[in-house]
Amino acid sequence: MMSMPRLTTLAAALAFSSLACAQGQPPLKVGLMLPYTGTYAALGNMIENGFKLYVHEQGGKLAGREIQYFKVDDESDPSKATDNVNKLIKRDNVDVLVGTVHSGVALAMAKAARESNTLLIVPNAGADAITGAMCAPNIFRTSFSNWQPGYAMGVVAAQKGHKRAMTITWNYAAGNETVKGFTEGFEKGGGKVIKDLTLPFPNVEFQALLTEIAAQKPDAVYAFFAGGGAVKFVKDYDAAGLRKTIPLYGPGFLTDGTLEAQGTSAQGLLTTLHYADNLETPRNESFRKNFALNYKANADVYAVQGYDAAQLLGAGLTAVKGDFKQRDQMLYAMGKTVIGSPRGKFAMSAAHNPVQDIYLREAKGVNNEYRSVAVKQLADPAKGCKMSQ
Amino acid sequence: MSRLPDWLLPTVAAVALAALPAVLTPYLHDLVVKIVILAIFALSLELLAGTTGLVSFGHAAFYGLGAYTAALTAAWSDSPSLLWLLPLSIAVPALYALFVGALSLRTKGVYFIMVTLAFAQMAYFVFHDTKFGGGSDGVYLTNKPTLKVGSTMLLDTDQRLPFYYFTLGALVFTYALLALLKRSRFGHALAGIRVNEQRMRAAGFRSYGYKLAAFVIAGALAGLAGFLLALKDGFVNPELLSWHESGAVLLMIILGGLGHLRGAVIGAIAFVLLKEALSTQGLVGPLAEHWQLTLGATIIAFVALLPRGLIGIGSKG
Amino acid sequence: MDLATFLVQCLNAVQYGLLLFLVASGLTLIFGIMGVINLAHGSFYMVGAYLAFAIAPLFGQNFLLMLVVGVLLAAAFGYALEWAFYSYLYQREHLQQVLMTYALILVFEELRSLLVGNDVHGVAAPQWLAGSIELGALMSYPVYRLFASAACIVVALALYYVVNRTRLGMMIRAGASNRDMVRGLGIDIRRLYRIVFAAGVALAALAGMIAAPMSSVYPGMGNHVLIICFVVVVIGGIGSITGALIASLLVGAVDTFGKVFFAELSGIGVYVLMAIILVWRPEGLMKRSY
Repeated sequence: MMSMPRLTTLAAALAFSSLACAQGQPPLKVGLMLPYTGTYAALGNMIENGFKLYVHEQGGKLAGREIQYFKVDDESDPSKATDNVNKLIKRDNVDVLVGTVHSGVALAMAKAARESNTLLIVPNAGADAITGAMCAPNIFRTSFSNWQPGYAMGVVAAQKGHKRAMTITWNYAAGNETVKGFTEGFEKGGGKVIKDLTLPFPNVEFQALLTEIAAQKPDAVYAFFAGGGAVKFVKDYDAAGLRKTIPLYGPGFLTDGTLEAQGTSAQGLLTTLHYADNLETPRNESFRKNFALNYKANADVYAVQGYDAAQLLGAGLTAVKGDFKQRDQMLYAMGKTVIGSPRGKFAMSAAHNPVQDIYLREAKGVNNEYRSVAVKQLADPAKGCKMSQ
Repeated sequence: MSRLPDWLLPTVAAVALAALPAVLTPYLHDLVVKIVILAIFALSLELLAGTTGLVSFGHAAFYGLGAYTAALTAAWSDSPSLLWLLPLSIAVPALYALFVGALSLRTKGVYFIMVTLAFAQMAYFVFHDTKFGGGSDGVYLTNKPTLKVGSTMLLDTDQRLPFYYFTLGALVFTYALLALLKRSRFGHALAGIRVNEQRMRAAGFRSYGYKLAAFVIAGALAGLAGFLLALKDGFVNPELLSWHESGAVLLMIILGGLGHLRGAVIGAIAFVLLKEALSTQGLVGPLAEHWQLTLGATIIAFVALLPRGLIGIGSKG
Repeated sequence: MDLATFLVQCLNAVQYGLLLFLVASGLTLIFGIMGVINLAHGSFYMVGAYLAFAIAPLFGQNFLLMLVVGVLLAAAFGYALEWAFYSYLYQREHLQQVLMTYALILVFEELRSLLVGNDVHGVAAPQWLAGSIELGALMSYPVYRLFASAACIVVALALYYVVNRTRLGMMIRAGASNRDMVRGLGIDIRRLYRIVFAAGVALAALAGMIAAPMSSVYPGMGNHVLIICFVVVVIGGIGSITGALIASLLVGAVDTFGKVFFAELSGIGVYVLMAIILVWRPEGLMKRSY
């Protein structure tokens, strides 16, 4: 017997596809601007697969509209971003923009989306400004703001009784924003950040700063790195013997997608993120199963974000029965909808950033396992956003 | 043997470019503007590398500086005027070029290449790592400058068509300026320095001064290109100063053919169109995602078969 | 900063510098002896790291054996690459070499993506090198890093010996100063260049293999190393191995202490160093002396 969610989805898909036959609408053009080459290529792939999985689960259509994909490789290069996004907006005339991973590129996309009034769904880039100073009715994000996981970890670290913390990250916007979040959460709980360490991006020679940490002897260290840098940092931290003496914390990116490479060095690490691999909900389990079935790989947070981007779009389209031209109603519905995500339910804040539970996870084996909810329904402060709901 | 006058082809090209907006789709319109801006950037490097023989691997610093000056100072006023924004966006890169050139020109050959890279990296890190320029995510330019006389609007760079002609005008100006320079005594001196600096010095030319002048002019023109880019995109980012960008403009002039102004323009066009063609699904299908492979192979083939660059096609050698 | 911390930082600087030297020595050899600007050198470093990742499971704990095999494989690869591609570059101007080797980077990156994918990987250090040495109560220093530094020193000594004390080294140095004369003396200069190139590639790949357990194996890892490498080679003087060693240690020191004292602007430290040295000594520290 097919599971309930599957059956309802199939029924819904049949109902809507018959509706579409009646209306005969052209396919909806979705432009994917993601990194297909370079350091973030793996993330780009995960996001795309997540997005396509949801559409596939709906029978290949969203609210009866078939989806036609256009892809552009953004190369994670902000200086080419405006030209690349215009390929989708002006050359391919897409209805919906989905992208991207790198915040600098996403900021260029946000500007272009605002100016052309194209619907933009951001499935990863965490720059606070996207749902802050650059917020707009047609810009949504289904991932996180850099501030969110940082703040949650700060709260957790303070709760654990740590009083003096040091932070370490790359000197760029994402690093600075997440550290600011941590500092806010930590100092609210009575702690004090004694020193912020940074190194230039993408430098990965951490030894000098690890020595500095050892010399200052804080109670805890909050670190943000991603990808190859995260692997090296965690290994270096362990090899320097610091894991035994000074607890290490970080946002989920420190250990997401990198546990296999990090090996024993990462075991037991506590991180905060809006997702954990083994969330024992039916929604997450069926999602992970379907993902593994279709793509022969384990889903990660990036796949979830892509999946939810498609869900968000689907919710908007359903509210207007596939008639994309009813933009205002569609955008309103998207702003009000509650997404049944594999991460748990979440809704959009007034600035269109997810208001979501941030989980505390522990690295075990090759998974980040759920331990508890660090902060419930955390909303990004959306500094500078002028939208009112 | 009759030869077409040198100015004929460029003039025809300029006229053709002026007529294009009538037939271009919005996307192609933007693409042409981008190519024109890159052509100005490439021409500025051509003066330095092609004419004077000074290969700089840090030319993007001036390009980026022009863009950042425009973006950061445009925020000073609600309606900035071209009358001060444009000269300022050229003056700042020119000043940095004076500083960099004065120090770098003490070295030669590959060491010169690396020193120019060093100074570009310094500028890059100032914009990327500090709050001075808005940080690594970049900065927006929202108040596009205008040219007003009293209350009459002469040029509003926020409008597509005026901006197109403004940019085209900048290209024509740059090309004409460099063409005149090359023919002048100054230009001949630069060429002489490229061929044999010792001999020029023996003949009484103070080569250091000439090289420095070329360096500053090149920096100023690169700044002009950067200024236009900032206006076009409304967004500037530290990556504009990166060595990847410096490498790209070097590639353009090598691809087009060193030593000729036409080469710089052709190289810019070819570089952009090649990359565009190889990454468009509509043209190469599934190969589009593997554009790095196809672009790399194409460049190798080009250099192997056309050692003098694209302008070497059809010439008698 | 107290003395203990200072000493540890010095150790960090030396260790980073030595690894840089390993990569840079290959570049300065190729550049100095054959006059080829090779932008793809960072890709050889990446090839070494990915090679380590690929063959490590076959060797288990026999780490040294894996290194030897890896070096031989890389040398063979370099030999073939020189024959197929680089030998055509000698006649070309520098700028064409720049263009072609840049294109080669693109090709390598895409091949890597197609063959091994885009994920981040790790390589485990062998058990006998996986421990740490206590440095007082401060922190512990990984034994593997000491091994890496020792390996680099061994290679440096070997290079010095080969280049300065053997016939092969003599031929290399002669070929660098006067190619035609050497050919006139009956020495096959083409074979010589091929050997030198293979050695350069092997050195870079060895550096990648040694670095793999310490860092990680990920796309784009060659790019950052490449630019620092060029800085080292230029500061040291093109073609000079001793120069590369001194320059590497200088860069290691600037990078390490820069991070501690000038956090926000530490990125420019290396470039300021290069600018100062080149303005003072326009041809690098030790031009052309081995």
